[in-house]
Amino acid sequence: MDIGVQENQLSELKLKCNHIRQQIIKMVHHAQSGHIGGSLGATELVVSLYYHLMKHRPDDPLWPQRDRFVLSKGHCTPVLYAVLADLGYFPQEDLWTFRRPGSHLQGHPYQPKTPGVEATTGALGIGFSTALGMALVAKQRKEDHYYYVVCGDGEIQEGEIWEAAMFANKYKLDNVIAFVDRNYLQTDGNSEDIMPLDPLAPKWEAFGWSTFEIDGHDIGQIIETVTRARDCQGPVMIIANTVKGKGVSFMENAVGWHGGVPSQEDTDKALTELTNGA
Amino acid sequence: MELKQTRQGYVDALIELGQEVPELVVLDADVGKATLTLQFQEKYPDRFFNCGVQEQNMLAVAAGMSLEGKIPFASTFGVFATCRAGDQLRNAIAYPKANVKLGITHCGLSVGGDGASHQSNEDMAIVRSFPNMTLLVPGDYQEARLATKAAIYHQGPVYLRLGRDKYPVVPEIHGSFEIGKAKILKRGQDITIVSTGIMISEALKAHQQLTDSGISTRLIHMPTVKPLDDEVVLTAARETAGIVTVEEHSVIGGLGEAVAGVVTGTHPCPVQRIGVQDVFGESGMAPDLFDKYGLRAANVVAAAHQILNRIKTKTP
Repeated sequence: MDIGVQENQLSELKLKCNHIRQQIIKMVHHAQSGHIGGSLGATELVVSLYYHLMKHRPDDPLWPQRDRFVLSKGHCTPVLYAVLADLGYFPQEDLWTFRRPGSHLQGHPYQPKTPGVEATTGALGIGFSTALGMALVAKQRKEDHYYYVVCGDGEIQEGEIWEAAMFANKYKLDNVIAFVDRNYLQTDGNSEDIMPLDPLAPKWEAFGWSTFEIDGHDIGQIIETVTRARDCQGPVMIIANTVKGKGVSFMENAVGWHGGVPSQEDTDKALTELTNGA
Repeated sequence: MELKQTRQGYVDALIELGQEVPELVVLDADVGKATLTLQFQEKYPDRFFNCGVQEQNMLAVAAGMSLEGKIPFASTFGVFATCRAGDQLRNAIAYPKANVKLGITHCGLSVGGDGASHQSNEDMAIVRSFPNMTLLVPGDYQEARLATKAAIYHQGPVYLRLGRDKYPVVPEIHGSFEIGKAKILKRGQDITIVSTGIMISEALKAHQQLTDSGISTRLIHMPTVKPLDDEVVLTAARETAGIVTVEEHSVIGGLGEAVAGVVTGTHPCPVQRIGVQDVFGESGMAPDLFDKYGLRAANVVAAAHQILNRIKTKTP
């Protein structure tokens, strides 16, 4: 099927991911605090949405017809802030105030302060429900924009997620396209040891959601799947298989990089790897 | 004496406001028969959202609806709004200052038969401690109507604390309602009673008894617990010997501690707190529970005498 993405666009998006990953490393190193692993792992998802799939206007963040993005796994602000700054929602130099007193770039997204941030999230589960409330209003008003949500896989252990899953099905929220960033790692270890989630797709289907399962680092597949998801009747959950820490060899699949802070040496090594890989 | 439900005042106001404010929507968590929001649903079926038994999701959904320009009123019982969904109340509503109103019923001991699991005697403590929250505790049916109307025109989150039972209609507190303003019902120079919510009827009785025994008693009704009308409290602290606070809530974290917090910093005076004494309630008819847990005029009068006697014994 024609998904409207050319080879040259794909290479540009890949380059963009590389740049965003470098920014993530620099931000967390500069702040000496933040969540690198989940941010690196979600980079293709967030980049594909903001640079290809979503209609939005960085110079008019509250443009009513825009698609909305809610980062429900709110700890992964580095990837979101790096993208919003790159697009011009706020100055690039703000990134170096991340997690500092007085900054609008809080550790977790804070909607009232940061241009482009649609919802205040961070307490896991809340962003997902909030996005559904927003989507319900838009559906009632027969508006045609979409609500894109990214949840962590650890996050969906929250009871609220399953409350929300029932709610979206009740109101047939066909303007919601959500992702589970399925990297199998959460703070304390492997999700299947901590609180098993598999089999994931049947759970969502039992709750009335359409599901897709994709490689969450394959930009072409992300774009194609979201394009198909728009034609589904109700809410859609895309299970995006990802590698936590993707793009930096020593951070990949290493649980310590959930909230770990890179030293100067780690930072140099990571940036060199990314520069060479670009 | 006429008895009416504060929750009915809330829902009557919602139905009136439905005409006036097209962005008003109402959410409930499968207690619409009890919170009475099903009456709103009858009139405005497209503007009512029953979220089922899921208070956590409901409060965050309400926050989301407010981000798209709606003015959601979410209703459930006090225990569920503040304890079960306390995280969503804090992080989805209070923290981003979402324009969500909480019409919360079945607060306090007067829930009655359902017992301690359903009697929220802690909700004011929780709500008060969250920045950005406004806490309204109307005293009767009519004041609940007025408070609901004030809430919808206030930008930001408001918690309306309502009860289950029928409570005395108190004409003294009718008239205008302004968020943050106390109502001084009786002037007096010896001692002050500060009451909130439906305790106003007991406070009025206590006022009468004290007056009859020759004690000049000031009576202040405090339908806004946050932000508190500090000025009225401080004036009472300066002009009378002490303050007795009265609330259908734990003595921890509610009106009594709010009043004490104001006076200690500026003009310390004795503050005696009438309320539930750091215990869970139990099943029973509301009047029996008020007797057992000390929420009666007699308790207020005794506390007033304690303050006055202490001062007398100190005087040489």
